[in-house]
Amino acid sequence: MEKGGCFWVMATELGATAPASPDLRARARTVFVLSLLAAAVSVAVCPLVGGSGLDYGRVWAGQAPDWPILINLRLPRALLALLAGAALSGSGAMFQALLRDALATPSSLGVTAASALGAVVAIAFFPSETSWFPVVWISALAGAGAVIALVAALSRSHKRFSAFTLLLTGIAVNGICSALILLLHSLAGITKAFQITHWLMGGIAAVEYPVLALLALVIVPVNIWVLRLARVLNVISYGEAWAAGRGVDCRSVTLRGFIAGTVLVGTTTAVTGPIAFVGLIVPHLLRRIVGPDYRLLLPASIFGGGAFLVVCDTISRSVLAPVEIPVGVATALLGGPFFVWILWSR
Amino acid sequence: MSLLRLVDVSFRYPGAPAVLDGISVEAREAALVAVVGPNGAGKSTLLDVVAGLKRPEAGRCLVNGLDVNRAGRDEVCRMVAHVPQQTPSGIPFTVEEVVLTGRIPYGRGLYENEEDHEAMEQAIARMRLEEFRRRRFDSLSGGEKQRVLLAAALCQQSPVLLLDEPSAHLDPENQAQLWKLLGELRDMGRLVLVVTHHLALAARHADRVWVLHHGKLAADGAADAALEPELLERVFHVPFHRYVNGEGRVFLGYGH
Repeated sequence: MEKGGCFWVMATELGATAPASPDLRARARTVFVLSLLAAAVSVAVCPLVGGSGLDYGRVWAGQAPDWPILINLRLPRALLALLAGAALSGSGAMFQALLRDALATPSSLGVTAASALGAVVAIAFFPSETSWFPVVWISALAGAGAVIALVAALSRSHKRFSAFTLLLTGIAVNGICSALILLLHSLAGITKAFQITHWLMGGIAAVEYPVLALLALVIVPVNIWVLRLARVLNVISYGEAWAAGRGVDCRSVTLRGFIAGTVLVGTTTAVTGPIAFVGLIVPHLLRRIVGPDYRLLLPASIFGGGAFLVVCDTISRSVLAPVEIPVGVATALLGGPFFVWILWSR
Repeated sequence: MSLLRLVDVSFRYPGAPAVLDGISVEAREAALVAVVGPNGAGKSTLLDVVAGLKRPEAGRCLVNGLDVNRAGRDEVCRMVAHVPQQTPSGIPFTVEEVVLTGRIPYGRGLYENEEDHEAMEQAIARMRLEEFRRRRFDSLSGGEKQRVLLAAALCQQSPVLLLDEPSAHLDPENQAQLWKLLGELRDMGRLVLVVTHHLALAARHADRVWVLHHGKLAADGAADAALEPELLERVFHVPFHRYVNGEGRVFLGYGH
């Protein structure tokens, strides 16, 4: 706990006296409704904005090409950004509690790198003329699955399994996967190398509605399960000794939390590629607004992360239109300086 | 049924000598028990084993008939509240919120219920925390933090209370208050095990003293019998002197 403790203090220093909280339920309801509203507004408004302006009259009348552009391209893209942002930000907040490290991100366990390696293997070894896209998804999911298998194997050993061991294992997995990705990238031909680079930049693309439904079927229930962990995550952030003394089976919660986070991040990364920063900065920024209680922070992070990625994606496809910049660039360039400003301004 | 029963309990870390070596001891009813011994004698490990936080390599630990290594953590923590030696740091929550963590064993719903808040109010009043109940835990002094953690343990409303050096950060006034409170808890029917290096306070307040030495129970009895100078000299390697005043109060001094 001592390791991450200073960061918790840093991230939540609001003065010696915290505001009174006579009704936590009412505050939680307000945070839930406001963050849900922010997510809904972002999905409703952002698709209407873009480099090539829509004719709203035609959209209203359901006429081509504006209506199909909105419904078949921009809306599914916004919905994908919402789901991906919710998954990355929710799992980021959860990992920060489980690892008791405010710098933890969804990629801390090596899930993102393993998914990326899976995708790169598929791109490198499957002929690009065929329909390789679903193969890339499946292979990326297999990469995330390998990390789940690794965590499950570690959990069989009482002595080796701890949040700290998982964090170190994640660092090792990240290193190994990055090395293998570099190796495949250097051995691939120029076309494949370009495809690999493009995938590794991460991005939100228009996907079919059935794909969105499939993603939602995974992300929504897992996020609901994570939300139900909120009170226990509060206590785990005190340290395992205190939490265990209050009746929390830390080993079981850590294992289940890691598997849930891996499913969220693996599924998202398979479709969007790696998107940096969302899982780190969104929970941090929101912690300063709603406080450290995970009963408020988790819903705010899930919906707030979704809204943030929808806005970032809109900027990434609009600011240099018709050229699109990778959404990961937008999240880092928007969130990074803001994050530094917050740290320096305390 | 005994409140606490340890049967031939042994514990060791891998590749190290036994920290607890075949300890058998029983507390049938409410009592204030001081657990004393030199550094490394196994005092904190004993509390961890009773709390179910460490699994003994041999033996059984029963609290109110419940085997703490077989029961679920919730169930164990409704029976045993443990305040560790090290104060958690980097806690961004308020005193009230820290005290309410004692209610986790009673329900995993997202929010605490009225009963939980009542238990918190009682614990806050008993530990005299009203004036800083809404302050951040991290902004408190060491002694204040100790009192908050003790309040969280009280909020757990368990029949057995385990305190690992609870008076380490307390000034003399608060030490006296603490031991008075522990006596009250004993009177309310709780078994209170206190690891302490304050032998004089243990001699004055405890009903019973367990002296641990090299992982074994070197003595178990009433304070005046267990804190016997010859035994203490053998255990702590310094000469001890005992005085009994006209009222029968025991005073311990040590050194050459």
